[in-house]
Amino acid sequence: MASLAQAIRMALHYGESKLSVDDIFGQDVGPPLGGAFTVTQGLTKSWNSPLDERGIIGMATGLGLAGKRCVAEIQFCDYIFNTLDLLKLAGNASWSSNGEFNMPIVVMTPVGSGIHGSIYHSHSFDAWAARIPGWKIVMPSTPLDAYGLMLSAIEDPDPVLYLIPKALMRAKGEELIPGEPSSDKELRERIDAPVDPKARVKWKANWPALEYYTVPIGKAKQLREGSDATVISYGRQMSLVTQTADMLRERGVNYDVFDLRTIYPYDWDAIKQSVEKTGRVLFVNEDTEIANFGEHLLRRTCDELFYSLKVRPRLLAGKHIPGIGIHPNLENVSVPQKNHIEQEMIALVEDPA
Amino acid sequence: MAGKKLSPEKLREIHALMVEARILEERLIKMNKAGEGYFWIGGPGEEAFAIPFGMLINKGQGIQHDFLHLHYRASATILAMGGESIDSIRQMRAVSTDPYSGGRNFVNHYAIKKWNVVPVFSCIEPQYLQSLGTAHAQREAGCKGITVVTGGDAGTAEGDFASALVWSSRPAGELPLLMIVTNNRYGISTPWEGQHGEKYISDRGTAFGIKNAVINGNDVFEAWEGLESAMNYVRKERKPFLLEISVSRLYGHSSASGAPRWNEEDCIDVFEEKLIKQKVMNKDQIKSVHDAALKKITDAYKQVQKEAFPDPSSIYDYVWTEQNGDKGRDSFAAQIGVDFTQNPPPAEHH
Repeated sequence: MASLAQAIRMALHYGESKLSVDDIFGQDVGPPLGGAFTVTQGLTKSWNSPLDERGIIGMATGLGLAGKRCVAEIQFCDYIFNTLDLLKLAGNASWSSNGEFNMPIVVMTPVGSGIHGSIYHSHSFDAWAARIPGWKIVMPSTPLDAYGLMLSAIEDPDPVLYLIPKALMRAKGEELIPGEPSSDKELRERIDAPVDPKARVKWKANWPALEYYTVPIGKAKQLREGSDATVISYGRQMSLVTQTADMLRERGVNYDVFDLRTIYPYDWDAIKQSVEKTGRVLFVNEDTEIANFGEHLLRRTCDELFYSLKVRPRLLAGKHIPGIGIHPNLENVSVPQKNHIEQEMIALVEDPA
Repeated sequence: MAGKKLSPEKLREIHALMVEARILEERLIKMNKAGEGYFWIGGPGEEAFAIPFGMLINKGQGIQHDFLHLHYRASATILAMGGESIDSIRQMRAVSTDPYSGGRNFVNHYAIKKWNVVPVFSCIEPQYLQSLGTAHAQREAGCKGITVVTGGDAGTAEGDFASALVWSSRPAGELPLLMIVTNNRYGISTPWEGQHGEKYISDRGTAFGIKNAVINGNDVFEAWEGLESAMNYVRKERKPFLLEISVSRLYGHSSASGAPRWNEEDCIDVFEEKLIKQKVMNKDQIKSVHDAALKKITDAYKQVQKEAFPDPSSIYDYVWTEQNGDKGRDSFAAQIGVDFTQNPPPAEHH
């Protein structure tokens, strides 16, 4: 099965060969490196930009104004902060011009902790991103969704921010991407660039016959079905939630678990239906907890589903501190780990109604 | 002599547009002072370069035509391209018929897709970054379109200007980009002299191998020649050019500073003296051009006064791209779960 990085790479290849993507660019995106996480290896439309995040987002926005589809990368979301005003401009191109222009671009960037990335390679961006109207924001947690969401993002007429949970880059999926060879070894040999620099210069990817497959933007995915409580998450924490749900199922507790997949426009119908069924809900993500996106979901839950709730709704998020410390003793208490998730999920069902 | 090839007819056309552009801006300022509009910013004093600029553009939609990333002093350029004065008056009054923003944006913040005029914004300098993208799209062989970006002198202190120099001159991808800096020697209220050590902004192009020049933007002939030569270079060579144009700022930065008339050289006076001297026009003819422009602008102003303000519920239009004539509302409503019919009824606004 493809890893998340391989899945995105294949989606980008589908984009450059079938969906008119002419520019896939950013720092180290082109050869020889093909991206800090190998996401852009072997692509024919990838190129290296100057080390200039504002230039990268500006270039992408200009391409969008020219009606071109592109995928730009910011190497780590920790470095996207100096482009916030440019993201705002991209998000308001349609609205401010009263519909004269649209902005069919994709910006992708790795987010979150989990690779001992210290202060400048561990930040989250989902809460910031959700505050930039005009954008659609997606965040896959599996390779198949990563493939399908990238194709949807490329085809979307509006700007899409594609957040990649970097701790999952090497995580393999459980479902084949349409057209993906079933052998890991074969896939590796066909689309992973050789490590040897000399061999890499001559290397060309031998792409499998990939097929069109999309995941609609705005649709959550139900991962586990249960009637005792609801857990909504996305990104890196998703698999920790499902693992915990499976473990607790053995103890007789059944959780409704959803991967939001799209942070905006999020799938309120899915949340609403589940909360109305269970009356108990926990939102989990790793961004810092103040003005966290989960806080918005909590607010809407209280506003619209108050009388369906049996107990207080909960949010488990990262600590509101200026960074993630590099030592595991620090990182593991800064962002939700499996033990925190387990603790909250148990507390959620044990809260007296 | 510079601009020799401009025929008398062309000179008269330029003059009429300069006068209309000036009277338009003066009307916009007056409207703001009378409370008929919330803010004024514009480009009176820049007509001698702005009109030739608009006339020299390869106008149209798509990469075969020029892309324009303008800042908020380009009213005369839009007029010279064929834009209507009445539309600027509409944007000033923020009526729903404002074609550039539907009553959402400041005056002189255009967006005209059919002429590749991308949305103008108030932020200083990101237009230099966005211009890289349209120029990159035009870089492909055989493309005749170029990208032109404009900004002021103070804005060149922003890193985005330096980014444009770096990116447009990359050996891996030189761009057909004309960067125009209009130097009026002020950043809002702050004089140039205290903030900039460089003699000419255009000198910064030299370090990147970018061809550059400085021209007098108060002289129609010099401006025409300088612009034409720079545009031809970019069009033919597919390489960047940095053009610094010295201009007057006749009514200050914006309405925030009261927009009083400043004592600086007026390019229309300069031009009219030359037209008389060259016997292209006489004083009576010049006066009748002013009278006709004033009548046109006054009539347009009266018309706009009758037009409706935007409907409050239009705030949801075009958050996202229109699909099937829905102004982007249906998909937005469906995806965020908003029922537009439940919005409060539109309130009258006077």
